Amino acid sequence: MAYKLIGKNFTPPDLEAKVTGAARYAEDFRADGMAFIRILASPMPHAMVKKIELGRAEKVPGFLAALTPDEVKQPTLPGQPILAAEPAYVGQPIVAIAAETEQAAEDAVAAIEIELEPLPFCVDPLESLRPGGPNAHNGGNVAGRRIEFQEIKWSGKDFALAGEETLPKGKPVVEWAFGDVDNAFKEAAVVVEESMVHASNAHHAMEPRTAAAYWENGKCHVWGSTQSTAFAQPALARLIGIELSDLVFVAEYCGGGFGGKATSYPLMALPALMSKKLGGRPCLARVSRAEEYYNGYARAGFQAWARFGFRQDGRLIAADVFVVQDLGSTSGFPDADNVGNATSIVYQPENMRFRAIPVLTNTVPKGAQRGPGENQTANMFEPLMDKAARELGIDRLAIRLANAPGGGGKDARYGAEQGPVTSAYLRDALEKGAERFNWAERVKASGQRNGSKVRAVAVGQAYHSAGRNGFDGLVRITPDGILHIHTGVGNLGTFSYASTSRVAAEVLGYDWSRCTIERGGTARSLPWNLGQFGSNTSFTMSRTNYVAASDARDKLLGLASMDLGGSPDDYDLVDEHVVHKSNADLRVSFADCAKRAIKLGGAFSGQEVPENINPMTKAAVAAIAGTGLIGVAKDNLAKEGVVPALSAGFIEIELDLETGKYEILDFLGVADCGTVMHPQGLAAQVRGGAVMGFGLASTERHIYDPAYGRPGARSLHQAKPHTYLDIPAEMGWDAVDQADPQNPIGAKGVGEPLEGAASSALICAISEALGGYMFNRTPIVTDMIINAAAGRPQSHKPLQTNCE
Amino acid sequence: MDEYGPYDPTVDYGCEPAIREIGPEGKDTLTWKPLNMSRRDFIRGVVCSGVVIAGAAYIFPGVPNARADARAVERLVSLTVNGRKRQVEVPPNETLAHTLRYRLGLTGTKIGCNRAECGACTVMADDTAIYACSTLTHRVRGKDIVTVEGVAAPDGTLHPVQQAFIDEIGPQCGFCTPGQVVTAVALLKKNPNPTVDEARLAMSGNLCRCGAYDHYLRGVMKAAGRA
Repeated sequence: MAYKLIGKNFTPPDLEAKVTGAARYAEDFRADGMAFIRILASPMPHAMVKKIELGRAEKVPGFLAALTPDEVKQPTLPGQPILAAEPAYVGQPIVAIAAETEQAAEDAVAAIEIELEPLPFCVDPLESLRPGGPNAHNGGNVAGRRIEFQEIKWSGKDFALAGEETLPKGKPVVEWAFGDVDNAFKEAAVVVEESMVHASNAHHAMEPRTAAAYWENGKCHVWGSTQSTAFAQPALARLIGIELSDLVFVAEYCGGGFGGKATSYPLMALPALMSKKLGGRPCLARVSRAEEYYNGYARAGFQAWARFGFRQDGRLIAADVFVVQDLGSTSGFPDADNVGNATSIVYQPENMRFRAIPVLTNTVPKGAQRGPGENQTANMFEPLMDKAARELGIDRLAIRLANAPGGGGKDARYGAEQGPVTSAYLRDALEKGAERFNWAERVKASGQRNGSKVRAVAVGQAYHSAGRNGFDGLVRITPDGILHIHTGVGNLGTFSYASTSRVAAEVLGYDWSRCTIERGGTARSLPWNLGQFGSNTSFTMSRTNYVAASDARDKLLGLASMDLGGSPDDYDLVDEHVVHKSNADLRVSFADCAKRAIKLGGAFSGQEVPENINPMTKAAVAAIAGTGLIGVAKDNLAKEGVVPALSAGFIEIELDLETGKYEILDFLGVADCGTVMHPQGLAAQVRGGAVMGFGLASTERHIYDPAYGRPGARSLHQAKPHTYLDIPAEMGWDAVDQADPQNPIGAKGVGEPLEGAASSALICAISEALGGYMFNRTPIVTDMIINAAAGRPQSHKPLQTNCE
Repeated sequence: MDEYGPYDPTVDYGCEPAIREIGPEGKDTLTWKPLNMSRRDFIRGVVCSGVVIAGAAYIFPGVPNARADARAVERLVSLTVNGRKRQVEVPPNETLAHTLRYRLGLTGTKIGCNRAECGACTVMADDTAIYACSTLTHRVRGKDIVTVEGVAAPDGTLHPVQQAFIDEIGPQCGFCTPGQVVTAVALLKKNPNPTVDEARLAMSGNLCRCGAYDHYLRGVMKAAGRA
């Protein structure tokens, strides 16, 4: 279908503010009399607060107020409190102090006398599962979403049977299977089996999660950094303890989130609570880089085991997967579930068993990080595909093509239930990428040595679910004829808040220059939208904007037929006018329709709203009712099955066997994201995702001292994201560009698998350069490469985690 | 810049101002003078800055007392920022990033790490890109400071680097963008037509967690020759 706006490049309206410094992030807001908050954080990995003495702190000149754990809600274990009475990781906030200046607040924090009783702790999930092993929280070591907080210990026999190099497999808490796995293995031509470790790593968004707040006339005003303007609000209101209608929220820009700022979070509520204590005085909690490490979440690590059985043609007929997830100190994110689902969709095993256990550790809370679970799956299991290909004597691309869902995905199956997907073109992405990358030729030279250097090519693939339904859309045509598209999507930097808004303009045939996007805070009257996370925005909010614009379209046609005669079907929308199909003289402009809608009232101008829309949307419509023609609707469009975002990555590297250093010579990322909405924006995501993936594959990891539970990689240089000098100057991108049938414009999201495809491709390339050496560990750091090249044993134990 | 070359964030510099001399054109020739001092000592010095001048010999044995410029204790300093001279009260231990953001309201300069790791705070001092988070405000008295807010023309026309970053969709989340803009502008002032490798090297002190390097780099190359 030919679109006027969809699939075309455009300049997102917030770009100029970003290049001029006018963009205001949470720390850039100022208010008269602003007080500063500093935090006393736990020096211990697990402790009970016995006494907090504030006498000396209160005497510090400039001291205003302190907030202690007993003044904030303490969630049931293992929830994440705003201030902890039983801190469960080094760096967890315990006491907050507000003062006239940041220095005074810091001085007062230093003057707090606190007594902590050290408690047993652990930084290695397997250690916690051992008989008599330490629990990260009093009373338990296992938890998760929909998983009860409980204590599980495996038997000594479980560990003894496994030995040092294989993952012990005691009682799991998640278990599912389809087909007959054990029998399928008997029929396999080749079986590969490995145990592996995937490290945790910090999100390290460039903007630390600073927040500020004040109270005025009973309303709480909060400036926060979040990926999701609308979706973040209900939980934030709950954290502050107010009705949603009493929250005035501003989140115009978000300086990076990657899942770590998916919605609201405890620290965002802290200034509001402190401000309340100070009679509404504005408070700013400026968060440092180290504090961002402690409070900014991290990707969950894994200790895992997988056994894959293949037919001679490379088809995966049996997969058996067991993962132990490092949950961190809270109930975390269900990365483990995503490992099972990702394995099922990417490799389409004919028979599969999946077992998992998420284990609490006294490390920073884990949250969703770009492809949570799915990208670890790619990094852990893509090398297994290469190993199987080598053993089967087939091409590494061919084994992926033999398994990847493609051609639309009608036969593709997903997850434990083996349910349908809306569309899948991973095989097509592999084929398209292979042709453009010239895989067939380049693979012939892969692994060849020139002096101390080896060139290697490799391919990686990854998945993430990419869309939801059931949220609301809201548009408004004002009497000046301008289309206002109200969007509750956050501003994460993918520009999908804008590209999805263009769907409304497309439906109404608008000139983009006559549209404005209303976003960034409650004052802009935002509809209930899903957050900007989980690669869902393109699918979910193109649907909401489509239904809202369709409602506006129906109203425009209805108004015209009412005033000019005939039925709505007799009219079309042409150049921002409603025009009679057979008599072009019968026409009325959108601007005049807006004026007429205001006069008519009712549903036309938002005085009446559909019953089924969310209360947040109802409140938003109420605020703008009577100001124009309102289009508002809930997305009730049909949706059946999981929406998969899929991606393939092709890479060529040159690795120096003497230094362990490698150079990425070329990279090509190919996306299966349905209809391409914004080519330039997609290009930025493919390349940016790859850069993040290269760091994930090779440098970024958590390190914890097992003796004291203290982190050794808090700052950027200790878990270094890649720089300009670490990547090729140019990287290629492409897209399958096949429409998803369950989205009105065919769009799907794709942000997350772009990272996993690149990281797994790099991991496979390093392995290929070393003759198929199985590291079974992510990231692969330089000393591991040198050890492998020199034939020396690695310095870590096979299943050791959170270590150097 | 002078005998010591341009400011290098990897070098430890003294925390008190070097002796100011009047150059041939009557202009200050304040230099970035490296001292044999560890980063830890430097930070200790900053933390203890209330006594740093009088007690310099105590905290930094080997640093001659003569370097303790009496003017360093003056708190009201004159700063030239984006072409405007501003009188600002600044304690001796305050960083330029803090002064710009919290005293002058120039919040375009971002603090990403506050320890010279990320480059989000990059500003220009006499056309040289420096990390404002790791520069004491007192050290840039007499320098022409340009922040991201001062890069565009006075009539609001965007600098070619800014326009090219828009055209190429350089920014994603945008938090590192002010630093990327300023570094690119500083590069093109010194080298109006850099090669891609020269541009990569010049920009490499500016991290972008979104990984938008490719797009920024295209922007720099597009702006080259137009700046």
